[in-house]
This record gives sequence, C-alpha cells and structure tokens, in this order.
Amino acid sequence: MVSTLTDRSPWDVAAEVTDPEMPMLTLADLGVLRSVSHDDGRVVATITPTYAGCPALDAMRADLAEKLADFGEVEVRVSLTPPWTTDLISDEGRRKLAEAGVAPPEHIGPRTTGPVALTLAPPEKRVECPRCGSADTAVLSRFGPTACTALVRCRVCREPFEHMKDI
Amino acid sequence: MDADDNVYDALAAADHDGRWAHGAGFDESVVEVTAPAPDGVDTEDLAAYCLMLADDALVGSQRLSEWATHAPELEEEVALANIALDLLGQARVLLARAGHLGAAERFRVAGRASEATGDGRAHDDEDVLAYFRDDRFFRNVTLAEIDLGDFAQTMAWMLVFSSWRLGLMTRLRGSADPVLAAVATKAVPELAYQREYAAGWVLRLGDGTELSHVRMQAGLDAVWPFVEEIFGAHAVETRLVEAGVAVDPAALRADVDADLEQVLPVATLTRPERPAVGLVGGRGGRDGVHTEALGPVLAVMQSLARAHPEATW
Repeated sequence: MVSTLTDRSPWDVAAEVTDPEMPMLTLADLGVLRSVSHDDGRVVATITPTYAGCPALDAMRADLAEKLADFGEVEVRVSLTPPWTTDLISDEGRRKLAEAGVAPPEHIGPRTTGPVALTLAPPEKRVECPRCGSADTAVLSRFGPTACTALVRCRVCREPFEHMKDI
Repeated sequence: MDADDNVYDALAAADHDGRWAHGAGFDESVVEVTAPAPDGVDTEDLAAYCLMLADDALVGSQRLSEWATHAPELEEEVALANIALDLLGQARVLLARAGHLGAAERFRVAGRASEATGDGRAHDDEDVLAYFRDDRFFRNVTLAEIDLGDFAQTMAWMLVFSSWRLGLMTRLRGSADPVLAAVATKAVPELAYQREYAAGWVLRLGDGTELSHVRMQAGLDAVWPFVEEIFGAHAVETRLVEAGVAVDPAALRADVDADLEQVLPVATLTRPERPAVGLVGGRGGRDGVHTEALGPVLAVMQSLARAHPEATW
C-alpha cells in the first residue's frame, strides 16, 4: 500500500465526512456509516440511507469517495438492512444537534413488528425547545425542510425550530 | 461516444462527474437488490410484483409532485414534496430490484449502451423502467394515477392510499424476499407519518367550515370508485402469497376500513356509497389496463428523458 499523508485509518477519515443536509453531524454521528474495509489498495465503505428517498445519499457517496481516494480504489455500498433508525444517532450527535438548534429525536427502542395504530390526538409528549428548554411546544408541520425533520414552535420563547423525527 | 459528439457529454466530461440528466445515475443501488429470488419463487413473478409495488409509488409520487408551487401553504407544499420523495425512494429500490430480475431488458433503447456495474448488473435499470415504458406496461393500481383534484381530494386520496400501503408494507416485512422485506421495513414508519398527516387534514377539513366539509366529502366521493380495485388480487400476487413473498390485497380491506371508521365519524364525513369503477374484461391497473389519466402523467414524467435519452449533466 502506498503510504498516505496521515497515519489515520480509512474509518477515521470516513467517519469525519459530514451529512450534506445536517452539516453539524458526521456520518458516524448519524449512524449512517456502517463499515469501512481496507484491503490491498481497495477501500469499501458501506452506508445505510436514513430515508429510502434521501436525496443526500448521492452527495454522501461522492464525499466518501473523494475523502477516501488517498487509500486507493474506493467503492461505496449502500445497504438497507438493518434499517436505519434515529436510535443510531450517537450521544455526541444528539448534543451537536441540540447545539445547532435542532431538537434531537427521542430514543424509541425496538421497533414494533405488529400493525401501527393511527392516532388522531396530538402526542402527549412534547418536544423540548432546544433554545429555552421549555416543553410548551407545538408541532407546526410534521414535514420540515428535510425529510427527517419536523417543524415545531416554542410557545414560551416563540421561536420556531426543527425537530429530528423519531423514526 | 466521443465527448465532442454530444453537448451534454462535453459538459459532463469537464469534471468526469456526468450523470444521466433525468435519472439517478443510480450506481448506488442498494446491495440487497442483487440477491437472487428466494428458492422456489418464480423470477418473472417476483419481478412483476416488484414492478406493481414500484409503480404504485412512482405514479403516486409523480401525482403528488404536481402540487409543487400550488399547495395552499408553504408547510403543506413541503409536506407533499416530502411524501412524494418518500414514495419515490420506495419506487427506486423496487424498480432496481425488478430490473435486476430482468424486467428492464425489453424496454432498453436500442443502441443505447448500458454500462455494467461491478456485480454485472446494468446501472440504469430503474431509469429504463421509469422513463422508457409505455402506459400499458405500468402495473400500478388505477388509484395511484387518478387526478388528485383539490387539496381536500388529495387528502382523501392520501388517507386511503397510505392506509392501504401501510397495511401492505407492515405485512411485507415478513416477506421471503429479502429486498421486499427491507423496503417494507423502511417504508412502514414513513407511511405511518403520511397516514397521520392525511388523517389530520381529513379531520380538520371535514369537521371545519361548511364549505370545507362539503369539499372534503366531495373529495372522498371522487376517490371512492377507485378504492375497490386495490383489494383485488392479481394472479401473480396470488401465486406469490402462497410462496410467502407477497401480501394478499384482500387482507388490507380490514386495515383501510378500520382507519376510515376511526377518522370519518370524527370528521363528520359519510362513507360514500358509490359504485366502483369496473375492471375491463376482468383486467385493471395490475394488468396494464389503465384509465385515461395515466397517459398525461407519464408524458410529463417521461418526455424529457425520451427527447434526450443520453443526456448527462
């Protein structure tokens, strides 16, 4: 293997690539980076999409390919299983989200395998405002500027903010 | 082809990062797509089933995207675009799977080279299936293709469509086909959000003003004739249900009914009593027999790709 400029492993380099739509998070923080193998001048990185239709996936692939090019031929694979959930976001990632004014998702635990019930009433549990910490918030829209966020407004500090949906 | 021959190629050659202008440049097709059909499962049947579920999502997504720049509020604009994107994401993996199983070959444009990826799969299966199939080769239920009318009708449509597809995907998580199971597992939480969004609006408009109530009921009435078809099983589905691969559409009636029974009374809406649009000689959307609504939808989606089949950007 040709020596590289740094002694860092391909994983370390790949883990620093940031999400194009949430640049405060790295792919590792987000839990999207599954594995990086390095063998005989060939790097294979495996990522998993947050949402099947996530348009950021292409950009992630391109960024990974560019950053890992020093290590040799790069292949970026996309795997759907096991499916990504917001539970895979690291504690560090949650902290960075809150710092950037995005309310982090709740831990949801193992997925139900049964039918999903339809709830018409607003959820009892309120998202905490990342600015003032108040729980007196209301969802403005379940669909925010990116597929993974909802729009919420704080009734105390009156500021709107994004909430990363628990999924 | 020499880059000088084609203005698009010349543009793309500048940074060697050319993508086919209308498609995904879908090299990132998920690794699961290349799995062989499960033992004892007919490959053609599996490909046909993947196309059915892909086309429901693709055509529904294209219909929803017609709301871009027309939605009543910015928040709804964003919501509808997000929902369309979720459905498109489901469609893409399913189209790639159908293509891997051989469904794209007959639609490939003669003379257009299709580079193979490392695993020997053509890289543009999903583009070929989305852009170069005529309406009679689409296998979506006709509910997916109908005009969505006003916002109220769109919400009635979405409530039925997402309730039905959520029931389907919930069951499909246990499919013997690993790709269908993987797509379904990702789709379930997305569809639950869509159903909740639609139910919220049906409730608000139905139990809103006199005018919103009238239009919500009219929207539900307009969608209703296309609902019966979604519970009918095509022969391919029946065979794959036995193989443990597919979901029996008849089982989904209870899911949709339960959701409607929960929403309609609170929304002060009446379950319509309108006759279903009949199948044509026993054939419907799953057989490629569509309403006149599908052609224009596909024309919008496909015309540019067909005019410039080799364009990259």
